[in-house]
Amino acid sequence: MKNDFLSTGIPSLEQIEAIVPSKVRREKGPFVVIECFQEIPCDPCYHSCRFGAICEFATINDIPKVDWDKCTGCGICVAACPGLAIFVVDETFSDTECLVALPYEFLPLPEKGEKVSLLSRSGAELATGEVHRVVPGRKPAGTTVVWVRAPKELSMEVRNIRLTRRGGANRE
Amino acid sequence: MKTTELAIIGAGPAGICAALEAASYGVEVTLIDRGDMPGGQLVKQTHKFFGWHEKSAGTRGVVIARDLAERAYRDPNVQFMGSTEALGYYRDDGTLLLETPYGIEGLKPKRLLVAAGASEKMLLFPGNDLPGVYGAGAVQTLMNVHGVRPGQSVLMIGSGNIGLIVSYQLAQAGVHVEALVEALPQIGGYAVHASKIRRLGIPILTKHSIKEAYGERCVEGAIIWEIDDRWQGIPGSEKDLKVDVICLATGLSPLCEFLWQAGAEMTYIPALGGFVPVYDENMQTTLTGVYVAGDVASIEEASTAMAEGHLAGVAIAHSLGKISDVDFEAKRKGYVKELEQLRAGPTSKKIVEGLAALRDETGKRVSV
Repeated sequence: MKNDFLSTGIPSLEQIEAIVPSKVRREKGPFVVIECFQEIPCDPCYHSCRFGAICEFATINDIPKVDWDKCTGCGICVAACPGLAIFVVDETFSDTECLVALPYEFLPLPEKGEKVSLLSRSGAELATGEVHRVVPGRKPAGTTVVWVRAPKELSMEVRNIRLTRRGGANRE
Repeated sequence: MKTTELAIIGAGPAGICAALEAASYGVEVTLIDRGDMPGGQLVKQTHKFFGWHEKSAGTRGVVIARDLAERAYRDPNVQFMGSTEALGYYRDDGTLLLETPYGIEGLKPKRLLVAAGASEKMLLFPGNDLPGVYGAGAVQTLMNVHGVRPGQSVLMIGSGNIGLIVSYQLAQAGVHVEALVEALPQIGGYAVHASKIRRLGIPILTKHSIKEAYGERCVEGAIIWEIDDRWQGIPGSEKDLKVDVICLATGLSPLCEFLWQAGAEMTYIPALGGFVPVYDENMQTTLTGVYVAGDVASIEEASTAMAEGHLAGVAIAHSLGKISDVDFEAKRKGYVKELEQLRAGPTSKKIVEGLAALRDETGKRVSV
């Protein structure tokens, strides 16, 4: 399975399951999803978390580990990750919808309330969602974090958005 | 003839860091680059860098370049010579020959650091001379330095970090990336970079290569095909892609012609990028007083180049008597440890093996 990931760039179901918290924790509120599966020299996520929810690194090549009791799902680390590999999922948003926070480095930025296409890890269109919140990146060149409302069953599938307004698509 | 304590060829991340390090101990530095601004390849890197939080991880390359250039500009011991090419180094009398905007000039440095970086590898295929076939560096320069779109639709060749990053940047610029092909069975660069472009819908085709480019006066399309374990194209697997840009990101070679000319001992280590100079643990080549740092020493990441620049800078300051043995040892250990940690992960395995092979070579060679 791991070999597959290194030839496709898309993590397997097993890899994803290994990084999400228990059902009980998921029902409590937003949680971080760190899709970082390869040891590379990088540690800004650990330093970005003001709650100490990302455990201290023993070496610079460590893969981040999360303390689920401390993670509030605030999304600060989403903007901090140089690899754009961190997301936040909130499955408590409503009975039918979840929130997904994702890093977004395209212009124009989406606006609150805007309808957007929800994309999978392979860029396939899954459904239509609505932009809930846009958190601009830190100056001078930080990463914007977009929170989108998505069908609840797609909480672990939606990892990108595409603007559908005229002239606003990020591809083609 | 003008003199200087340290001449540095190449004002990229390695060269600037070496300049700042050496200058901090009072070494008088002349920092030379053929570009008109310091920064090297960093000036086109719009992505955020990895590494340590304390060492500008999470900062975009362009921002790091601006910061380094500003520090070099403000440093009274660093003199930047832009638009200047280093033509040769003549050991018999220690003259460095430069082509400046004002003509050919000689410069006599007490120490010389070659931080010339790397050049892109070309790929052989029919039609590779058509306009529209670019190196990835040129595509980045057009887009990220000059704000020019290289074309409408791109085939990217090579899945190392450069191929992955440039595909992402093309998408950011609104350019369609039709596909990325990789000859090996696995993606060469960091998985997070690959995931980023997959989420945009860009396919990554491993075990695929370009068969040919076609077009009347410029690239109008490319034929790609699957390749077998012996790197041979599989007939019948061809696909026709309508693209107007073919972007080559098929690896880098250390830009070491200058070191050949100067007479430094060279050795061939594929894991480090091909021919590299033989150098010791202080980054000194077999020519006493001539040092290297960055991609010219081994093809790696910018963070490694910066650490190597600091290491060479402090070693040069020590060799000039500007820093005590004790202080030098402490500083040196710090940079060596930093390099070890940067190379500790599985993605650096080949580099570590290559460097071990280089150390074997260093032991066999005699310094002059």
